[in-house]
Amino acid sequence: MSGVTCHIGGLALLGPGLPGWAASQAVLLGEQPWQDAPIVVPPPAMLAPTERRRTSLVVRLALAASTEAAEASGLAPDTLETVFASSNGDGAVVGAILETLATPGGEVSPTQFHNSVHNAAAGYWGIGAHSTQPSISIGCHLDSFPLGLLHAAARQVPVLFCAYDAPLPNPLAELQPTEFPFAMACVVTPEPTAATRARLTLRYCVGEAAPAASPWQVLERGNPAARALPLLAALAAGRPAQLTLPLLDGARLEIEVTP
Amino acid sequence: MGTGLAATRQSLQDRTGGLRPADAEDHPAHWVGRVPEATSVNLPPELARYDCRNNRLAELALRQDGFADGVAAAKTRYGAERIAVILGTSTSGIAETEAAYRRRAEGQTTLPVDFDFAATHDLFSLSRYLRARLGLSGPALTISTACTSGARSFMEAEVLIRAGLCDAAVVGGVDTLCRMTLQGFGSLALLSQGPTRPCAADRDGITVGEAAGLALLVRAEDAAPGTVLVLGAGASSDGHHMSSPHPEGLGAVTAMRAALDSAGLRPEEIGYINLHGTGTRANDAMEDRAVTHVFGAGTPCSSTKGWTGHTLGASGALEAIIAALCIQDGLVPGCLGVEQVDPDFRSDVVTENRRMPLQRVLSNSFGFGGSNCSLVLGRQEAGA
Repeated sequence: MSGVTCHIGGLALLGPGLPGWAASQAVLLGEQPWQDAPIVVPPPAMLAPTERRRTSLVVRLALAASTEAAEASGLAPDTLETVFASSNGDGAVVGAILETLATPGGEVSPTQFHNSVHNAAAGYWGIGAHSTQPSISIGCHLDSFPLGLLHAAARQVPVLFCAYDAPLPNPLAELQPTEFPFAMACVVTPEPTAATRARLTLRYCVGEAAPAASPWQVLERGNPAARALPLLAALAAGRPAQLTLPLLDGARLEIEVTP
Repeated sequence: MGTGLAATRQSLQDRTGGLRPADAEDHPAHWVGRVPEATSVNLPPELARYDCRNNRLAELALRQDGFADGVAAAKTRYGAERIAVILGTSTSGIAETEAAYRRRAEGQTTLPVDFDFAATHDLFSLSRYLRARLGLSGPALTISTACTSGARSFMEAEVLIRAGLCDAAVVGGVDTLCRMTLQGFGSLALLSQGPTRPCAADRDGITVGEAAGLALLVRAEDAAPGTVLVLGAGASSDGHHMSSPHPEGLGAVTAMRAALDSAGLRPEEIGYINLHGTGTRANDAMEDRAVTHVFGAGTPCSSTKGWTGHTLGASGALEAIIAALCIQDGLVPGCLGVEQVDPDFRSDVVTENRRMPLQRVLSNSFGFGGSNCSLVLGRQEAGA
């Protein structure tokens, strides 16, 4: 077992019935039941129209959450390193390319191809935020959120962390079900800032976690990025909490939340 | 260019590259860098669900040069839970998905039932496979930052070791030939007619290759005497365009300077620069400007992609290993097949092998999305 500590603030989320951090407080606090509602993903105002036109739903989703988080953090976007975590990446683009490749005479388009890279959202963020800061994009199947958060915290510099996923098109969707789009973002810093909501101690542990009851189970199963919801709910409540997120292949991430 | 360090060394010394004319399935590529041995590699039966070309190539790599034994020794020393697995790939086992799409009967939309998405297509498949195969239980991570993925795995392993999350890490990059990248680069009109000739006046694009490059990273004080060290690493983003590099190489300059700063070195202390050098008009011109900006015109530099092709997410790891071999052997491998260096270039592009003592080498990787990463490798005494 080994742990890292960070401070978390600048919170953002975007999902069905969860239209942003401030607008989701009542649901996160359990004052109102979660109700399904279509998700509205705004076009990225940070990009020039030519770039904006090339962005897909999943890139817009990641940029919307990232923008909200950076604003809420009070830190300049171009000073933040970034960690983008996604299981599916741009599944719509990858799926379209796969169909094209399976079609005799089908031709992949240049824009499709450069949008298919897993770091597309990070690339558009850099363009929009005019940032030359280091950025990584990770793909860890169902563990992209917990492993991305662990890695963002380990860097020990201010990091904008964004976990996002959107449904894959058929026939891939049957094999990797993602029920709805969901993104969360936050800023983690080694030292507390004015925007800090809590100190997090993250411990990577070997051994499977006992299944814990969660009011967010349906959403957590519907999108790998929505595995952030128990942490987001604890942060909204401003209460100390001890969370355990099971990881694939016999490990777990324990998160201690200290407001 | 061969499997294992000895074959790679020999190939660098003999100036015999690994690029060959493409097969029909590689359309629209004219030349490719294929690892023929990967096709017939068998994974252990208990990990059969991970079977795909990308993991076969990873398996082939871990059987070379006593790599698996080295990891086993590290396991005894540190414990399986203290060794992380951090690997880079851009397309993982997507060739398996491409084949699954083609295997469908006429009019059928669903994919064959034997196709295992999570264990092949998914980016995490590579790290999960190697973690299971090597019996490790530390944190796993797949990095996918296009063509910097392999280089970033070295840098991110250092982050996890420094943070105390592990004592060692299996790092590297694995990418295999697939239709998506071949046709994608074709759509961008970036594929070379013959074997790629980075830095040539008449260079005409990349040759896509496949590779697996693996390394075991430990703290410098834990390394055996004579081990080549990662002295520093730096990364940046262009924030400019998705697939075109910043024309003045702003992001490349930032990454190289960050790598030098983290190593505590001045530019003149670097003996050789292993360029990203993809062979495209834009990348090589940008990189020449960036290198000249940071180092002036006096540091020997070359790209080894004339041997390997552009192995995409593996290239940064493969070239870090090549850089280590160059240091051990005192070799600057001149660009292959270049008769005339681009007359607009100001850096010292080497086109014949030079024998010279090397203490420190800088290796560049740049990728789509404006991702940049530079590593500095060097001899142990150089880092003291």
